[in-house]
Amino acid sequence: MSRFLAGRFGESALAVLGVVTIVFVVTRLLGDPAILMLPVGATPEQLASFRAELGIDRPLFTQYVDFLWDAARGDFGRSFQHNRAAFEVVLERMPATLQLAGSAIALGLIIGGGAGLIAAMNRGGVIEVFVMLLALLGQATPVFWLGLLLILFFAVDLGWFPTGGGGSFRHLVLPAVTLATFTSASIARLLRSSVIDVLREDYVRTARAKGLMPRTVVVWHIARNALIPVATMVGILAGELLGGSVVTETVFAWPGVGRVIVQAIEVKDFPVVQAGIMLIAITFVSINFVVDLLYGVLDPRIRLR
Amino acid sequence: MSALLDVRGLRVRFDTPGGTVHAVNDVSYTLADGETLGVVGESGSGKSVHVLAMLGLIPRPPGRIEAGEVIFAGRDLLRLSEAELRDVRGGEIGIIFQDPMTALNPVLTVGRQIAEPLMRHRGLSRARAWARAAELLELVGIADPGRRLAQYPHQFSGGMRQRVMIAIAIACDPKLLIADEPTTALDVTVQAQILRLVRDLKARMGMSVIWITHDMGVVAGIADAVQVMYGGRIVERGPVRAIFKDPRNAYTWGLLRALPDHGRRSHRRLHQIEGQPPDLTLPPEGDPFAPRNPFATPRCFTETPPLVPAADAAPGHLVAAWYDLPRLLAEREGAR
Repeated sequence: MSRFLAGRFGESALAVLGVVTIVFVVTRLLGDPAILMLPVGATPEQLASFRAELGIDRPLFTQYVDFLWDAARGDFGRSFQHNRAAFEVVLERMPATLQLAGSAIALGLIIGGGAGLIAAMNRGGVIEVFVMLLALLGQATPVFWLGLLLILFFAVDLGWFPTGGGGSFRHLVLPAVTLATFTSASIARLLRSSVIDVLREDYVRTARAKGLMPRTVVVWHIARNALIPVATMVGILAGELLGGSVVTETVFAWPGVGRVIVQAIEVKDFPVVQAGIMLIAITFVSINFVVDLLYGVLDPRIRLR
Repeated sequence: MSALLDVRGLRVRFDTPGGTVHAVNDVSYTLADGETLGVVGESGSGKSVHVLAMLGLIPRPPGRIEAGEVIFAGRDLLRLSEAELRDVRGGEIGIIFQDPMTALNPVLTVGRQIAEPLMRHRGLSRARAWARAAELLELVGIADPGRRLAQYPHQFSGGMRQRVMIAIAIACDPKLLIADEPTTALDVTVQAQILRLVRDLKARMGMSVIWITHDMGVVAGIADAVQVMYGGRIVERGPVRAIFKDPRNAYTWGLLRALPDHGRRSHRRLHQIEGQPPDLTLPPEGDPFAPRNPFATPRCFTETPPLVPAADAAPGHLVAAWYDLPRLLAEREGAR
């Protein structure tokens, strides 16, 4: 188990290092920040002194090592727009994103998990067709369109929820439902096919041959095995959502990470963009690490390898 | 010996897109208390399906039981509700399946899988079921049961897993143990161990056994009586000695001829039965084996022979055949 953990941890660390390197390379490719940031007509002396100030007149390798060292301390420079540490600007938006993503995943697991299981257990019936049609619709509906529709109906016409912004549970409902439509549809479809695969397994017949109660068979022998692929998908979904669901956050003016990055891109606030990309990358890698651990919990064959 | 199991006119069908498969056709037999019955046949002969059907373990649909009664310990299993049948399965009837590599749940500990039927049928607490599971593992010949219980199936070899399956099947002291090709997927040496284990357990626990196999050699080692199935029908049945010494159905004779002679140092080619098993979506008229039978008479192609006591044979020796196999074999010997 500890070897498994160490291996996965090493892979995760390598992935983060890869992202840092890519961010470094891409920001160097964006062009000369001195020309970008100083007003037109700046003298060559002014440009040179600005470059020296930023440290970009030094050899690339020295810059890379410095960049790594700064990144390790969470220092991505100061935000031009907010005149504060860029990482701080992004990090303070994390709770809002966590809240939204967490709600969408939780709702997705409950609704999608239930729907997928019901569909699989009623194979070939009307219920299965209905549930799967609904799931297909949920997965195919564009998030921005669904968000606007919900705002129009529940916020503008009925006035039950605010049209946007954050801060209270009522603000959370519409964006969470919007995202949960997609997550639950994805989970329902995957779980259904996964359960149908497991139903064919010999060990499910063994469980029935033991005379176990249907609930025991479903929970311990079917669901336990069918959830293994679902864990992968939840990991991917969680990674995407925790990186900030840009569209949903924008539609609902939700004060999350995705929105702050988009705003930073609009005003060319590069330190914030860099910090945001790093945060998303670290979140994604961490989630994958947690999912790998979850595999170990769900499947002993992986744990003991 | 009184009858523990009385199967009467069991008929099982599968509705498939290609037509209705006549998987089991009017199968009738009785199994005495404490008897070991070997059921022999090739794939698709109905040997496995008929026992799965009577326990409610075939998927329905596409499967359905068209007719029959299965009287087990005084009750008709086919008329029981699913809940009543659940009490029988794993409690009064234990089942071992063919492939131990896939029949155990990979994500649950072996201990939990043995304890489950004990908690379900015996109402034991988790701790007491676990303790009993350790005893069962020891009983089926697995050393260090305390440690082994906490392990997962992938940490066991094929033979060991089959022992675990046996422990699960006998956990609740069943009156009947059904072994559905339990040694087919195992090495020959492991097969012999499993065979011996079941024989010992049977002697110790006094249960009846139905041993399903395609291997006549295995039957000789374990069964009191043999029942040969072909095309969803019983074609011959009798005491194991009678079947081996004096087969009356050409299919049984073919199976016996296909066995290698272990004792003799002969280098003869193994015999095989020519042809293909019947397509059960179009059950042939007459004896299903007729197209492959070198001894078939014209009547074999038009009329299905009933299972009746064989002439001048051991008591309990039944055969379904229109021809007189001993006479035909004698003629063949004479002609040579």
